[in-house]
Amino acid sequence: MSLLELDRVSYAYPGRTQPSLCDVSLRVRPGELVVVAGRSGSGKSTLLRVVSGLVPHFHGGRFAGRATVAALDTREHGPGDLATRVGTLFQDPETQVVMGTVRAELALPLENRGQAPAVVARAVEETALALGITHLLDRSTAELSGGELQRVALGAALSGAPQLLVLDEPTSQLDPVAGDELITTLRRLNEDRDTAILLAEHRLERCLAFADRVVALEGGRIVCDASPAEFLVWALRAAPDLATPGARLLDLLGLLPVAGVKRARAALRDAHLEPVIPDVPEAEAGRENVPPAAEGTHERKGHSAPPRGQALRVQRVWHELREGPVILRAVSVEVGAGERVALMGANGAGKSTLLRHAAGLMRPTRGRIIPAGRVALLLQNPTDYLVHDTVSAEAPASALRTVGLDPAQLGLRHPRELSVGEKQRLALAVVLGDPGDEPPAVLCLDEPTRGMDRGLKRDLARLLTQLEPAVIVATHDPEFVADFADRVILLGAGRVIADGPVADILASGAYFTTETARIMGGAGGALTPSQGAALFSGHPRVSSPAPDLVEVPL
Amino acid sequence: MTYRRRATALHAARAAAGLAYCLALALAALLLSGPVALGALALAVLGAAAVVGSRRELRRAVAFAAGLGLMVMLVNALVTRDGLTVIWRLGNLPVFGQTDVTLEATVYGAILGLRAAVLVLCGFLYTVAVDPDEVLRLFRRVSFRSALTATLSTRMVPILLRDSRRLADAQRCRPGPPPSRLQLIQAATAGVLDRALDAAAALEVRGYGAGRAPAQARDPWSRHDLAFGGAAVLIAGLAIAGRASGWAPLNAYPALHAPVTPSQVALAAGLLTCALAPFAGRRGVEV
Repeated sequence: MSLLELDRVSYAYPGRTQPSLCDVSLRVRPGELVVVAGRSGSGKSTLLRVVSGLVPHFHGGRFAGRATVAALDTREHGPGDLATRVGTLFQDPETQVVMGTVRAELALPLENRGQAPAVVARAVEETALALGITHLLDRSTAELSGGELQRVALGAALSGAPQLLVLDEPTSQLDPVAGDELITTLRRLNEDRDTAILLAEHRLERCLAFADRVVALEGGRIVCDASPAEFLVWALRAAPDLATPGARLLDLLGLLPVAGVKRARAALRDAHLEPVIPDVPEAEAGRENVPPAAEGTHERKGHSAPPRGQALRVQRVWHELREGPVILRAVSVEVGAGERVALMGANGAGKSTLLRHAAGLMRPTRGRIIPAGRVALLLQNPTDYLVHDTVSAEAPASALRTVGLDPAQLGLRHPRELSVGEKQRLALAVVLGDPGDEPPAVLCLDEPTRGMDRGLKRDLARLLTQLEPAVIVATHDPEFVADFADRVILLGAGRVIADGPVADILASGAYFTTETARIMGGAGGALTPSQGAALFSGHPRVSSPAPDLVEVPL
Repeated sequence: MTYRRRATALHAARAAAGLAYCLALALAALLLSGPVALGALALAVLGAAAVVGSRRELRRAVAFAAGLGLMVMLVNALVTRDGLTVIWRLGNLPVFGQTDVTLEATVYGAILGLRAAVLVLCGFLYTVAVDPDEVLRLFRRVSFRSALTATLSTRMVPILLRDSRRLADAQRCRPGPPPSRLQLIQAATAGVLDRALDAAAALEVRGYGAGRAPAQARDPWSRHDLAFGGAAVLIAGLAIAGRASGWAPLNAYPALHAPVTPSQVALAAGLLTCALAPFAGRRGVEV
């Protein structure tokens, strides 16, 4: 018997002629963990909103077909009724935690059902224990970090013991540590409590190993519904942006893709494939072994050109909050002209603060920032930059062309009508300004890949490598870093704890590393599938590594 | 300035008791005019605020209350034409016309300013020491829709503050001339609507829309619940009795008449004691 049944569901948001879901039929059994994959705008979030009852009750619009969740028809039962069977977790932890304290937040779903205080109190304690957040129970939700907030929101979704948990990119705003912890928690809940899970996620490498099935959406239609391994085979041929780095590595080696690092390593062992580490320093090994055709689809300016002079110097910068913690502790960094730098570290490590200091939005309590010219900063939410009624009013045509937007085609559109990727490019054009005026010496971007699919990330990496100024990107995304950066600066508790070439830092990391490096155990400093495959090039089985398969960078 | 659990007796009391205590203090400030009684009340509220708030929060609240009080006093002194004792002839001022500042208007303005400051500090006490979640839970039993609106509004305040800071930062990052105020307001409004929708959707999936009132908790009353609940009753009782019996008289115009009577002193002492005594109990106040 199915816990969730969607029968030929179609849906269009109010005022839209184009449907967001077309003829979707799907069944999820109790205890099943189903991953929903697809590019941005493919209909993943809408599908999840159908299951939680927000579509059509909250959003309105045109709905056809039938959706039944734990025997409740969503046309007759709204989100309030469905909340007794379905727990829901969205992307943004800030807007889904509604109460003032963690205890009240966990209690809310049960109180809404009119449960007795004793039942509520017990459920709150048990949920907090299950998620390891008992120490947060009496804390104010305003004081929590992003990772803690997301965990509390998960607790609120779980405290009512739902039969089905629906999660819409729950790790998109978390650092790798917090993201992995959340996925591990979900896996444990799925196994221990037999809670069925419907999980939409862009970073598929995080969750495919635990999934029972993968459902891929494209244009609001289900285009693949298969086991993780079958899905990866399909993705490599039909939707390369959805294939995980591990799958691409195995594919380049002529092996069948499998989900997860452990299985990928086993596949390499079973095929008796051992990487050949050339006798050169590890940091250079990955690069030297990358065949030119497989390096990527875009030219990487920063990798070939050495720094020309200095673009930014940060000298022993401290940021100490009045009656609060120290955010930056004597940070010293120098960035060369044209250099591509990734700033990594856990949430709260000081990445965003350092970028704000560089751009002059904050003043160090001690130390100095010396830029070679203007420092442009693109903050996390590109929409904050867009205040005009038309695209052409936001930025000059030359700046639009620099970021790959066609002024003739988009100039008269309203900025809010643009897609996620176009909005980000437009915001980038805004901060870059007119190239004829004062081009920036440094471009800083704070978490630019948040909530982006692989295709958009690839486009952004390509764009950033083509820009003139030095680029500093604060990010949690090691796959994106491997694709675009020359150098990684790792921050921890406001200090620089590592600074070096990408291969050195990422290949030796446990959390801040790519899936390829995990599979290869850091061998040869290989970070991308093509770099990894190149290390096997001497092996008879992979003597000519699939010339028809050009790697799609992340 | 938000609610944060601290190791104080008022934080340890249930929200109903804390709310009643703050309301009783505010009621007393509104009912009483005698300078001694009102001064005692101000001292009591300031003492309570010093116990429950952090030094930084208290400094900000006192600065705001004092500024507001001073402004009320100045405005009253400048605009009131009553009073016989002229202490300052300002002559013909624009807007105000012929202006004579009288002792009576100044003193009465000071009383009104003190009252405003006490009310501000009562609001401060409530904000930092009474759990808003518990208060909302109380009101959900009375009016579901109002509580929903209040929940959404209270949650939106910190979110919108963060959003407005983000928007301001983003605009500082723009090269060239800044956008007009109207454009910024339009952008901010669009952002507010998006955020409100997100928060409302989160409430919906937590089952808020099911509209069932939470079951009433039968927690036994703690010593702090009793102390603050009792203090609220006594303060309100004293204030009503003081007002009805004229224990704290004040006649400002035409000539100042504010005698310090034994009954007013007793009333002041009673208010001070009732307001501060509940803080003496330190058992079971841990965070």
